[in-house]
Amino acid sequence: MNQLKDMPLLKDMVEPSNLDKDYGTPSPISYIDKEAIRSGDKTLEMVTGTIDGQIVTVPVGTSVMRAAATMDVNIPKLCATDSLKAFGSCRLCVVAIEGRKGFPASCTTPFEADMVVATQNKAIAELRRNVMELYISDHPLDCLTCPTNGDCELQDMAGAVGLRDVRYGYDGANHLDAEKDESNPYFTFDPSKCIACSRCVRACEETQGTYALTIEGRGFESKVSASQNQDFIDSECVSCGACVQACPTATLTEKSIIEAGQPEHSKITTCGYCGVGCSFKAEMKGEEVVRMTPYKGGQANRGHSCVKGRFAFGYATHKERITTPMIRDSIDDEWNPVSWEEAFSFAAGKLKAIQKKYGVKSIGGISSSRCTNEEVWLVQKMVRAGFGNNNIDTCARVCHSPTGYGLKQTLGESAGTQNFDSVAATDVMMVMGANPTDAHPVFASRMKARLKEGAKLIVIDPRRIDLVDGPHVKANYHLKLLPGTNVAFINTIAHVIVRENLHDEDFVRNRCESDAFDEWLEFIKDAKHAPENTEAITAISAKDLIAAARLYATAGNGAIYYGLGVTEHSQGSTTVMGIANLAMLTGNIGRPGVGVNPLRGQNNVQGSCDMGSFPHELPGYRPVSDDTVRADFEKDWDISLDGEPGFRINNMFDAAVEGIYKGLYIQGEDVAQSDPNTHHVEAALKNLECLIVQDLFLNETAKFATVFLPGSSFLEKNGTFTNAERRISPVRKVIKPLAGLEDWEVTQGLCNALGYEMNYTHPREIMQEIARLTPTFKNVTYERIKKDGSVQWPCTDETPDGTPTMHIDEFVRGKGLFKITEFIPSDEKVTRRFPLILTTGRILSQYNVGAQTRRTDNIMWHHQDLLEIHQSDATDRGIENGDRVKIQSRSGDTHLTAKITERVSPGVVYTTFHHPKSGANIITTDNSDWATNCPEYKVTAVQIGKVIAEEKDSDWQRQFEDFNKQQLELAGLNDEQTV
Amino acid sequence: MSDSKNTGAVNTAIDANHHLEGALLPILHQVQNNLGHIPADQVGIIAKALNLSRAEVHGVISFYPSFTTSPQGTNVIEVCRAESCQAMGGRKIEATVKSALGVNFEETTECGKFTLEPVYCLGNCACSPTVKINSQIYGRVTSHSVVSLIENLRQAGDQK
Repeated sequence: MNQLKDMPLLKDMVEPSNLDKDYGTPSPISYIDKEAIRSGDKTLEMVTGTIDGQIVTVPVGTSVMRAAATMDVNIPKLCATDSLKAFGSCRLCVVAIEGRKGFPASCTTPFEADMVVATQNKAIAELRRNVMELYISDHPLDCLTCPTNGDCELQDMAGAVGLRDVRYGYDGANHLDAEKDESNPYFTFDPSKCIACSRCVRACEETQGTYALTIEGRGFESKVSASQNQDFIDSECVSCGACVQACPTATLTEKSIIEAGQPEHSKITTCGYCGVGCSFKAEMKGEEVVRMTPYKGGQANRGHSCVKGRFAFGYATHKERITTPMIRDSIDDEWNPVSWEEAFSFAAGKLKAIQKKYGVKSIGGISSSRCTNEEVWLVQKMVRAGFGNNNIDTCARVCHSPTGYGLKQTLGESAGTQNFDSVAATDVMMVMGANPTDAHPVFASRMKARLKEGAKLIVIDPRRIDLVDGPHVKANYHLKLLPGTNVAFINTIAHVIVRENLHDEDFVRNRCESDAFDEWLEFIKDAKHAPENTEAITAISAKDLIAAARLYATAGNGAIYYGLGVTEHSQGSTTVMGIANLAMLTGNIGRPGVGVNPLRGQNNVQGSCDMGSFPHELPGYRPVSDDTVRADFEKDWDISLDGEPGFRINNMFDAAVEGIYKGLYIQGEDVAQSDPNTHHVEAALKNLECLIVQDLFLNETAKFATVFLPGSSFLEKNGTFTNAERRISPVRKVIKPLAGLEDWEVTQGLCNALGYEMNYTHPREIMQEIARLTPTFKNVTYERIKKDGSVQWPCTDETPDGTPTMHIDEFVRGKGLFKITEFIPSDEKVTRRFPLILTTGRILSQYNVGAQTRRTDNIMWHHQDLLEIHQSDATDRGIENGDRVKIQSRSGDTHLTAKITERVSPGVVYTTFHHPKSGANIITTDNSDWATNCPEYKVTAVQIGKVIAEEKDSDWQRQFEDFNKQQLELAGLNDEQTV
Repeated sequence: MSDSKNTGAVNTAIDANHHLEGALLPILHQVQNNLGHIPADQVGIIAKALNLSRAEVHGVISFYPSFTTSPQGTNVIEVCRAESCQAMGGRKIEATVKSALGVNFEETTECGKFTLEPVYCLGNCACSPTVKINSQIYGRVTSHSVVSLIENLRQAGDQK
C-alpha cells in the first residue's frame, strides 16, 4: 500500500529527512509525481553517479548540488535555497565534472548517470575565494555588530571558502551608504548588506506569488526594489515574510531579531490564526518568543507564511492581557481580582443556584474554534457531564455549520475531501464565496502557483477579490452574482452540465444512489434552472453561466473551494449540498486535484465540530439521541447523559431574552461583536444572571460578564488544532501561561468545582479519551503526531497513517447521495427603503473580530473598517470618498467611512467587522440557514446615506463608547485600551 | 490635464500592443516615444493591463537606458564613452559637451532644451568618436563640430 514507507531511500529523496537542512534546490519530484508513484502509476527513475568519490543515487532531475547535499556534501552557495528554483547567479557553487569544460554551477546542472563530480579542488577553491572577495569588497565588515551575526550565509560562506583578504580594498565605488528602509513594522531592509542574489525577488514571485520586488537597474547599479523603488510599506508588498526568510544576509531582517539577537532554542508548533494551520518554528530566547518562522516540514504550509502567523504574535504578551481571574455580582459593579479557586467556586455556585431555581437546562456553554481539540472536548464534556444537558454549541455555528450538515448528508462526512497539496493537480478551480488571498493567504499562494502553471479559474463573488485579476493570475470567469442567489447559481451550473451531457455517468451510476440521482435529474432538468431563466435571478449572463459550467465539467480535475460566502446564507446548507452534487455529477471526488474544499475561517473550526460541541451531536458527528452512542460515553464518563438535543447559540440568546436561560460559559468567543443582530445579543447577555467569559482580553462579551477567567494563547499551552484539510497538528507550549493555567486546566477547575471530577494531567490524556470514544480518531496519538508531524483523520485501523484524500473507492456513507436543492430566495429583500445589499468579509492583515490582530502592528494596514461602495451608488447619494456614511438596515444603523471602489458591483456594498465600534453586526439580521441556523451575514438589505449631522458616530456607537469606557474603568483598565 | 494626456497615451499604447506576445516592451517604447518618458504614475496602468506587478514593469523600465521615468530635454545628446571612442579622444568631447551645455551626464539644461546622456557603444567604432543627437548618429566628431551642432539646435529652437 504505502510504497514510500517501504523504500527509505525514496522517502528521503521525496521528503528529505533532515528538515532543518537546506538542500540548495527543490526536489524534482512534485506532489503529483509522488502520488503517482505511490499509487503505482508512475515509476521513479533514478540516476547513479559519483560525487567526491562517493556513489550516489538520486531521482532524475536532481541537481548536482542537491545530490551532493543528500549525502551531506555541502557545496558552498549563496543564491540557491531549496525553496526556490535554481538561479545560477552567485557563481559560488561551481564544481568540476569529468569530461566537461570549465566549472559548471552545481545548482543548475542536473545530476546524470555515471557523472563524476568533484566539489572541491585547488582550482575550485581559488575560484570561489575570488568570487567571495568580490562580494566582500562591497559589503560592510561589521559582522560582530551585525543583527544576523551567527545566522548569515554570507558569513558562513566566507568561512567555507577560506576568505582571508580582499585585495581590492574597500575604497572603490560601493553601496555601503545605501539608506535603510524601516517602514515595515516587522522587518528592516538594509540594502548596504545586499549581495543582489535575487532570493527575495524570487521568493516573492515563486513562494508568495505577489511579485512586489524586482531588481532595479543593471550591472553595478542593480539593487532590490520594492515596487517602483518605494518604501516597503508603500509598495505592493503584503508582508508575508517570504523575502525575509529567503535572504541569506542581514539585508532583510526581522526587527525583533535586530532588537533581541539570535534565538537560542525553538519548538515546532501550529499557528493560531486561520484554518490553513501553518506549522511554525517558535524561536525563543529564554521565555520570550523572538521570531516565528514558517517550518519547512509543515505539511499544510510547506514552509510559507502570511503577515498574521509570521509576525502578528505580539498580542500574546500585550499589556491588555488579563492574567488574574475576576468576579463581580453585577455588570454595574467593579471587578474583584480573585484566586483561581475563588473564581471557580464563585462561578460553580452561581451556576448551581441558577439550575436549582430555573432548571437543569437553564445553563450552557459555547466552545471556541480558536481553542484546541482537547479544550473543546473538555468544554462539551463539562456541559454534558457537569451541567447535565446538551446546551453546548460552538462558534462554528456562525461560520461553517452548513458545511458539516451538507457534506454529511451527501458524502457522509462533515469535512473537506482533500489535502492542500491536492491543488497542484487541479486543472480548474471554482472559488465560490471565498477570498483566499486575504483570509487563507498561504493556501492562496499555492493556488496562484498552480494557476501560473495553466490551471483555469472561475470565481463566483459579488466583489472583485484579488485572485480575479493580479500579477500572473487572471480568472477565466468572474461571475458577480447577486448576494443570496448561490443556490440558483449552483443549480444552473448542474443544469447546463446535464443538458449538455457533460456529466460523468459512470461515476454517478457506480458510486452514487441511483434512485436519488434519477429523482435529482428530473429536478435539475427543469427549465427553471436553465441559465436563460436564472440570469435574471443571479445577475450573471446566461452566456457566462454556460461557459463556466462547460469549463468546470471539461477542463480535467475540477476542484471547488468555498468559504463563508457559501455558508452564511439562509440557504447555506442547500448550497453546500449543491456543491457536493456538482462534484459527484462530474466525478470530481476521490483523487488528488479534485473535491469539495471548504476553507475554514478559524484555526480549529474543523476540530471544534469534530469534538462534538454541538447540541444535537456527540463527538464524531453522532446524534445525542442515539442510545448506543450515548451508552459508550456514559460508560467512559461514568454518568448518565441527556438524550435530548440542547440549545443552539441563537436558541440560547432567544431563551435568555425570554428569561428561561440564565447561565452561560463562553470560552474564547466574542459573541457580542461577532454574532449577528448585536441589539438582540446584548439584550440576551444582559438578561443572564451569570455570564462566565474565558478569554485573553476583556473583549466585548466580557463587558457583560460577572466571571472572567483568563485564557491562554496558543503559545502557552499544549494540544492540537485540526485545519481545513482534517489535519491534526501539534500545538506546543513555548511559554508559561501568563495567568498560570492552560485553558483546559481552567475548564477542568470549573468542572471540578461543579462536582464532576476531571483529573487530566496533560492534554495527551484527553487525546487518548478522544481516540477511545471517536471512531475516526481511533489511532490518533501524540506519539503519531510527533513522529509524522501531523495526521489527517480518519485515522483508523484501516487507515493508520491517516487519510489525505477521502471517498477514494466509496463514499463514507457508502453511495453518494444527490440532494434536491430548491432555490428559495432570502426573506431579506431589497426594497425602495433598503435598495442595496450589504455583504461582509475579511482583510489580510486582520483576523476575525480583531481582538488579536488589533493588538499588533498589523493595525497599520487596517485601522478602521470601511464601507465599500460603487461610484454610481455613491454619486446617486452625493457621497464622496472618505465621507462618513450611515448604513441603515431593518435591524439597526451604524456609521462608517465610505470608500468608493470598482471592486463591488452597483447595488452591493461591503464592509469588514474587525473593529467593535464599527458595529457591522448592528445591521445584520436574525435570518439564518434553514438547517443549521448559521446566520445570514452575507445578505442584508440596507440604505446608505451621507451623515450630515455634526455627530460622526451613530447612537449605538456613542452608547458603545460610553459602555466601553464604564466597563474598562470597572476593570481598572484605562480607556485607551485597543478598541 | 497633463495626467489625463499621459493616461490617454498609455491607454493608446496598451490598446495597440496588448494582443502581442511580450507586449510590455512595445508598449513601453510607444509611451516613451509619445511622451518622451514613462511617467511613474502610469506604471500601474500598464502593469494591470498585462497582469504584471508594478515592480516587474519598473524592473524592465530601469533595466533599459532607453526608457526614462522623467521628462527629457527637447534634444537628447548621447556621448559615447566606450573603448574605441575614448581611444579617439572621446573624453575631450565629453568635457566640451558638458561645458557647452553646462550640465553633467544624466542632467537636463535649465532651459529644457538638452538632456545629456552617456552611452556605451553605438556600433560606430570605425568612425570614433561618436555622439548621437536625437535619432541621428555623428561620427568623427571634433570639439568644434559638436559645439556647432549644439549651437545649431539651440538656434533652431524647439525641434526634435
